[in-house]
Amino acid sequence: MTSRLRLYNRVALLMALAALAAAVALPFLGFAPNRLLSGRPVPLWATVQGLGGAAALLPGLVLLATPFLRPTRFGLGLTVAAGGLFTAGLVWLAGAQAAALAQGASAAARTSFASGFWVMAAAGLLAAVDAARRLGLGAVGRMAVGAAIAGLVALQLVSGHLDALSILKEYANRREVFADAVLRHALLVAAALVPTLLIGLPLGVAAHRVQAVGRAVFPILNVVQTVPSIALFGLLMAPLAALGAMLPGSGISGVGPLPAVIALTLYSLLPIVRNTAVGLDGVPAPVREAARGMGLTPRQIFLRVDLPLALPVFLSGLRITVVQAVGLAAVAALIGAGGLGAIMFQGLFANALDLVLLGAVPVILLAVAADALLSIGIAAATHRIGVLPGRSAP
Amino acid sequence: MTVAGMAPREFLTDRLILGLVALVALVLGMPSLKPLFATLYPGLDRPLYEAESFVRLTLDHMALVGISSLAAILLGGGAGIAVTRPWGREFRGLLETVATMGQTFPPVAVLALAVPVMGFGPEPALIALTLYALLPVVENTVAGLDGVPAPVLDSARGLGMGPAEMLFRVELPLAAPVILAGVRTAVIINVGTAAIASTVGAKTLGLPIIVGLNGSNQAYVIQGALIVAALAVVIDAGFDRLAIWLARWSQH
Repeated sequence: MTSRLRLYNRVALLMALAALAAAVALPFLGFAPNRLLSGRPVPLWATVQGLGGAAALLPGLVLLATPFLRPTRFGLGLTVAAGGLFTAGLVWLAGAQAAALAQGASAAARTSFASGFWVMAAAGLLAAVDAARRLGLGAVGRMAVGAAIAGLVALQLVSGHLDALSILKEYANRREVFADAVLRHALLVAAALVPTLLIGLPLGVAAHRVQAVGRAVFPILNVVQTVPSIALFGLLMAPLAALGAMLPGSGISGVGPLPAVIALTLYSLLPIVRNTAVGLDGVPAPVREAARGMGLTPRQIFLRVDLPLALPVFLSGLRITVVQAVGLAAVAALIGAGGLGAIMFQGLFANALDLVLLGAVPVILLAVAADALLSIGIAAATHRIGVLPGRSAP
Repeated sequence: MTVAGMAPREFLTDRLILGLVALVALVLGMPSLKPLFATLYPGLDRPLYEAESFVRLTLDHMALVGISSLAAILLGGGAGIAVTRPWGREFRGLLETVATMGQTFPPVAVLALAVPVMGFGPEPALIALTLYALLPVVENTVAGLDGVPAPVLDSARGLGMGPAEMLFRVELPLAAPVILAGVRTAVIINVGTAAIASTVGAKTLGLPIIVGLNGSNQAYVIQGALIVAALAVVIDAGFDRLAIWLARWSQH
């Protein structure tokens, strides 16, 4: 190795090489006469037309150079920017190419992302994520980077630049259904959270105070957590259907949102109860004693000492619960609960792959967004404890 | 705790043995419950799922979970070992980030996304299950190897052990309980995802449930759900037993 060119970042090198290999060897887009036929591959080089196309790929060239940059703030910052802009640029190229292909084709023609796009986009994102970590960015900083990249893609989405891509054509056909599905999906998760918190919080406090409660509750919740979601939905169907038949007019039924919310609640209880109990268990005894010494009543100690100190652990339980519930709500579409899972499974059953994407991608985005928001909450709650006086180091 | 060493009463209340008996009875005996389902659901022409035998579906289900989990253990364990060696340390942050971020992706969405990339059938299910199972295995392998106390490593080095000997005789045995916990998480998730994989063309225990849901045949749904739930509980109990054995073994 010469002294002039030195490799500083092997992760960025791997990502750059993966992107390069995908650009050369894999199809970037697929173009099909209609949504049921599989498309002919469109390589990346065929999509680069004019100055705009070349500019969109410029961050990719920078990415190839970043492994050899000194790991200074500037070098790593450039890697973050190059990775993020490369991914956003790929999306822009795909949108532009889809619009160009649509001009000479029938309205049924479809342009979809192909494997090369996914590999390159993932490589760009991972290079950015790793460089952000090397920069020493905290949870909030990393999320800001993620939000900036997501914003660049969202801007293209809103401006209509991506409208010719097949996933957006599916969206255009189902604009209202899609909006309803997103809302319903979020409502299912929220509806399950209400009984989960009403039951789970007192149960968690009880498990913290009385050991016997924990010994009785946790094995049951553990078994529930083990049972596959589709089986639990199925097993709830029969008793609920029987109950509905016994109480006509009550609206109880074996399918629809009710069994979904019950099953989601059952799954959600374990992380909430466990983390409430563990969080309270973790409050140092000297802190409680100090509060008692200061003349606080048991009630004040619970509200002003126990709860804030247990909050970060409780919030990470809430994060597990919400992220898990977003995925489970998608499965609940199989028992007629609606939501984004309904779009996804409709696509799977009808062999309409763009429809599958229209359902599955927002499910992932919802889960990632919920995870990010609650992570910020956890960071804030932890930070608050950090400045609390009397916090004894373990 | 060996079966031979158990008192009769212990034998009768053991979760693993009870679960296994229930599972085998359900899988083999479901056809003989046909009259029961016919009575419960008099409106159904076909009260028993007979398109495939439950034995076949159970074996296929276990094969899908077993192969994907084994692949995930080899790949994820290997990656976890690699990033905790000096030469692989640079990739550790990236691998951990991917493992943490990836686990926020719902398994059902990962499964669905495998179809546009790979088409229908057991192969996309196998790939999706393997990818998803990798994440907890990687996470726990790294955490487990990380948790090996430095003084232990120093004394192993002092005894003249080479890197490979240290890995296999000191680090992996000490990390085994944590790695096993990751494998357990992965396998339990995979049992459930494999059931949903019936919607992408893999024939598993989810098939009677999906067919039953689409054709309003509640008997099919119950038959599939009971067996897949029993399978999950048995596998979980098996991991419990394995963890106890491992804890005893590593104490020696």
